[in-house]
Amino acid sequence: MLQPYASPAERLWYYGLRGLVGLTLLFLVLPILVIIPLSFNADSFLMYPMTGWSLRWYEEVITSPSWQRAITNSMIVSPFATLLAMILGTLAAIGLVRANFRGKALLTAILISPMVVPVVIVAVAMYISFAPLGLTGSYTGLILAHAVLGVPFVITTVTATLQGFDFNLVRAASSLGANPVTTFFKVTLPQVAPGVISGGLFAFATSFDEVVVTLFLASPEQATLPRQMFSGIRENISPAIAAVATILILLSTLMLMTLETLRRRNERLRGVKPA
Amino acid sequence: MTAASDTLDPSPARAVPLKRQLRRAERRKNLLFMALILPLAVFVLASFVLPIGSLLQRSIANPEVHDNLPETLELLDDWSGEGLPDEAAFVALARELGAARGTPAIADIAKRLNREQPGLRSLVMRSARALPLAEGTPAQDGLIGIDERWRDPVIWETIKRAGSPTTGFYLLGAIDRTIADGGEIVKLPKEEAIYLDVLVRTFEMSVIVTVACLLLGFPLAYLMATLPVRHANTLMILVLLPFWTSVLVRVAAWIVILQNEGLVNKLLMWLGATDAPIRLLFNRTGVYIAMVHILLPFMVLPLYSVMKGISPVYMRAAVSLGCPPFSSFWKIYFPLTMPGIAAGSLLVFIVCMGFYITPALLGGPGDQMISYFIAFYTNQAVNWGMAAALSAVLLAATLVLYALYTRYLGGNAVNKIR
Amino acid sequence: MKTRLLVTLIAAIAGMSFAHADVTVISFGGAAQAGQKKAYYDPFSAESGIKVIPGEYNGEMARITAMVQAGNVTWDVVEVESPELVRGCEEGLFEKLDYSKIGNKADFVPEAVTDCGIGTFVWSTALAYNADTLKEAPTSWADFWNVEKFPGKRGLRKGAKYTLEFALLADGVAPKDIYKVLETPEGVARAFAKLDQIKPHIVWWEAGAQPPQLLASGDLVMSSVYNGRIAAARKEGRNLEIVWNGSIYDFDYWAIPKGSPNLADAYKYIEFASRPAPQAQFSAEVPYGPTNNAAVGTMDPAVAATLPTSPANLVGAFATDTEFWVEYGEDLEQRFNAWASR
Repeated sequence: MLQPYASPAERLWYYGLRGLVGLTLLFLVLPILVIIPLSFNADSFLMYPMTGWSLRWYEEVITSPSWQRAITNSMIVSPFATLLAMILGTLAAIGLVRANFRGKALLTAILISPMVVPVVIVAVAMYISFAPLGLTGSYTGLILAHAVLGVPFVITTVTATLQGFDFNLVRAASSLGANPVTTFFKVTLPQVAPGVISGGLFAFATSFDEVVVTLFLASPEQATLPRQMFSGIRENISPAIAAVATILILLSTLMLMTLETLRRRNERLRGVKPA
Repeated sequence: MTAASDTLDPSPARAVPLKRQLRRAERRKNLLFMALILPLAVFVLASFVLPIGSLLQRSIANPEVHDNLPETLELLDDWSGEGLPDEAAFVALARELGAARGTPAIADIAKRLNREQPGLRSLVMRSARALPLAEGTPAQDGLIGIDERWRDPVIWETIKRAGSPTTGFYLLGAIDRTIADGGEIVKLPKEEAIYLDVLVRTFEMSVIVTVACLLLGFPLAYLMATLPVRHANTLMILVLLPFWTSVLVRVAAWIVILQNEGLVNKLLMWLGATDAPIRLLFNRTGVYIAMVHILLPFMVLPLYSVMKGISPVYMRAAVSLGCPPFSSFWKIYFPLTMPGIAAGSLLVFIVCMGFYITPALLGGPGDQMISYFIAFYTNQAVNWGMAAALSAVLLAATLVLYALYTRYLGGNAVNKIR
Repeated sequence: MKTRLLVTLIAAIAGMSFAHADVTVISFGGAAQAGQKKAYYDPFSAESGIKVIPGEYNGEMARITAMVQAGNVTWDVVEVESPELVRGCEEGLFEKLDYSKIGNKADFVPEAVTDCGIGTFVWSTALAYNADTLKEAPTSWADFWNVEKFPGKRGLRKGAKYTLEFALLADGVAPKDIYKVLETPEGVARAFAKLDQIKPHIVWWEAGAQPPQLLASGDLVMSSVYNGRIAAARKEGRNLEIVWNGSIYDFDYWAIPKGSPNLADAYKYIEFASRPAPQAQFSAEVPYGPTNNAAVGTMDPAVAATLPTSPANLVGAFATDTEFWVEYGEDLEQRFNAWASR
C-alpha cells in the first residue's frame, strides 16, 4: 500500500511499477483477446475493422472435412498419448522415488530429457527411425511420439507430489491390516491423484499443441488440429483460423481452471494454507 | 527405509540372520520399485533414445557410395592413384551404376559425389542414363565415350575418398569447414559458409529474447510476490492463460496485430507516429515479439517462486537500520532473487535455442534459427548427414546448458514452472 | 465392460492405421487445391465412392524420397512440377504410368504425356501487383527491381527456380537467352548480383497462397505469383493485376509415388482428373490451362482469355527449360539457400 506520507520518489516507484506491469500484462493477454472477435467476422479477411457479424466461420470449421478430420484426429491422438504417458509415467515416478540404485540420477535425467531436447531433433530422429517400421503416417507412431513428449511432465509432477507424501501413511494402513492393493487405492492414490491429473493435463496440453513432430510423422490422414492450423496460417489465413483459435482458447481456459482447482484441493488436503 | 525395517525387532541375539533377512527384504522391495520404472525406461529407450542415437550416428555415416559401389571401391583400393584405374574398375563401375539406374540409389551416389565435387551429379546421372554399354564395348572406352570426364583421375580419386564408411564431412560442414583434396581441414568458401553465422544468430536471438523476458518478467514477478494474495492470484491467471494457449493461436494473433494493416500500424498511424505502415512481420521484429510473448511465463514463474520465498523482514530490517528503500532493494532484495533470475534465464535460453515454428511462420530467411536448417535438410534437401550434424551441434549446446541448470539450480524445469 | 470398450477402441484405432480405402492426393494447396476439390475430389468421390484425402506441400521431393526409400509410402497421388518429375522418374521415385488405365495418349497435348506423370494443367509464374496501392502499373521485371519508382516490399518464391530467371530478365537478358546465360558460372553470378540489389526489399514466400494475401493486406506492393491464385483473390474483391510480360509457364503433372498402397485407386483418380469435363471445370475455377485437347475445345472464351496459354498472355512469356533445371537445379537451389539465409 502506498502510504499517504510517501515521498515523490516512492510514488514514482509505486505507480511506475504498476504501470509497467500493467503494460506487460496487456502484452500477454491482449493478443489472445484480439483474435476472438475476428472469428465472428462476416467477410473473409483476418483483419480489423470488421464489416459485420456472422457465425459462418464456425459453420465452416464444423462442416469442412479437413477441420473435422483434424478435430477427430486430435481427439484420438491426444487422449491415447496422455493415457500412455500417465500410466507409464506414474509407475516410473513411484519407482524413482522409492528405489535406490546406481545411476538413478542419470536415468531420471534421460526420462525427463524429451522436455529439454529441441523438438526438431526429436521429430527428425523419430521420422528417420519410425519410417522403416511403418510408423510414419500412422496413428500408432503419432501416439507413441506424443506420449514420449508428455512423459516428463507426468514424472516431474508425480515425483513432486510423492516427495510431499508421507509414506508412514502406507505403513499405518498396512499395520492396520489393509492389503497393498487396498492401501494403494484408499491411501496412496487419493494423495497422489492431483499430481497424476495435473501431470496428465500437462501431457495432454503438450500433445494437443504439438505441431513439429506431427509435421514430420503424420500424413494428411492423421493431420491434427495444430497441424491443420499450421497449414491454415501458411496457406490460407481466414477467420476460420480465428474460430479454431477461439475454441482452443476456451479449452485452455478450462484446463487452466481445472489445474487451479486441483492445486487448491491439494493444498487443502496437505493442510497448507493457501498461499 | 521400508516397511520391513519397522516391523521387525532387531534383537542382538539374532543380529546376523536378521540383518541378512532385512537386506534381502530391502533388496526385494528395491527390485519391485525398479520393476515399476522398467516399462517407461524401455519405452523411452526404444522410441526416443535409440532414434536420437541413430540420428547422431548419421552425422558420420557415409553409406551412399560405400554401399552402392562396393566392387568398384574394392578394385580402387589396389589402384595407385597414378594414371587411370584398370579396365576391371571401369567394368565394375559400369555394372554397378547400371544396376542403380532408375532407383533411389543412383540419386544417392550422384548427390554424395556432387557434394565432394560440384558437377559430378550430372556426370553420374548422364552415365547411368546411357548404361548398360553396348555388347562387346570395353568399359573404359564406353564410359569415356559417354562422358570425357571419366578420363580424369581426380574423379576416381573422389569416388575412392567418398567411399569410406564414415566421414567427418558433415560435422566439419556444420562449422563451415571441409576437407581439401590434400586431406587438410580448410574453411568453406564464403558463398557456402553459413552455419557459424546461423549458430551465432541462434545464440544472439536467444540472448536478446532472454534479456527482454527478464526485463519484462522481473517487475511482474516482483509485484506478484509483494501484492496481497487475492490480487496476486488474478495476476497469476493472466500470466498462465497465454502459457496454456496454443502456440499456433498466439502466432495467428500476432499476425493479426502486426500485419501492415494490423492493429499496431493502425494505432501508430492514427497517433501520427508514422505515415506509412512499419514492417513488423516477416522480419526479426515480429519474431522477437512473438518469442518474448511465448517465453515470458517461463521467466515469470521461476522468478515468482523464488521471490515468494524472500521474507519481507529483510527489507524492513534494512530500511529500519537507515538504508534508503531503493538502495536496500538493490543491495538486499535483488541479490536474493539471483537463483530465480538464473533459473528463469537458463530455462528461457534453452527453450529459445530450439525454436522453429515461430521464426518459420513469422520470420524471413535471415531470421531462421538452427532448427530451421535441421528441418530444411530433412524436409527439403534430402541430406540426412547435414541434418544429423547440425542436430549434434544443437543437442550438445542444449545439453551443456541443461547440465548447468540441473547442477547449479537443482530441480527441473516443470517444478519451477509450477 | 470397461476393458471390452478399451479393446474395441484400440482395435478401431489399429484398424484405422492399416485400412486404406481412401486416396491421399497432395497438391500445392490454397486456391488451386480449392479448385481441385470442386472439379476433381468431390465429383470423383461421388462417382467412385473413394474418398480423397487432400494434403499440401510446396514441391519439395525430400518427403517422397524418404517415403520411397523407407518403403512406407503414404501419399498416393502427387502434383509435381516438370523438373522434379523428370528427376524423380530417373531416381525411381515415381511409378511408370500405365496409360491404358488413364486414357488415350493422343487426347492430350504432347508435352503432357510423360513416363512418370501426366500433365494436368499449364500454369504460369508471373508478376502481380496491388492496383490499389500502386499509382502506376509496373510492366516488366525491370520495374520490379526499380525500388525508387515503386517503393515497398516485393515477394518472390523462396527458391532458385524462376527467381534467377526473373533476375536476368530484369538485367536485360532476352527470354530466349536466359537459360544459355544461366548455364555459365558468370551468368549465375550475374543473377545473384542482380538479386543482391533488392535483397533487403524482398519477402520470400513458400506457399502459393501467401503472395495474394500479402498483396491484398498491403504487406507487398508486387510479387511473383502463380497466376491462378490472383483470380481467386479478384473474386474476393481484391484489385490485383497480373503482368504477363516476362512470365514463365510450365506444366504440373499428376504422379504416383512408387509403392503407393492404393495404386488402383490412384489410377482411377488420375483417370477421372484427366477427363475433359472435370478439367474444363477446373480451368473455370482456377485459370490454369487444361491438357486434355477436348477440354481446350470446350472452354468458354472468356475463361480461355485468362489462361497463361491464351495468345495475348503469351507475349513476352516463355516456357521453363525442364532439362536445364534437371541438370543444375540441385546445385543452384543449394547456392540460393546459402545466399538467402545470410
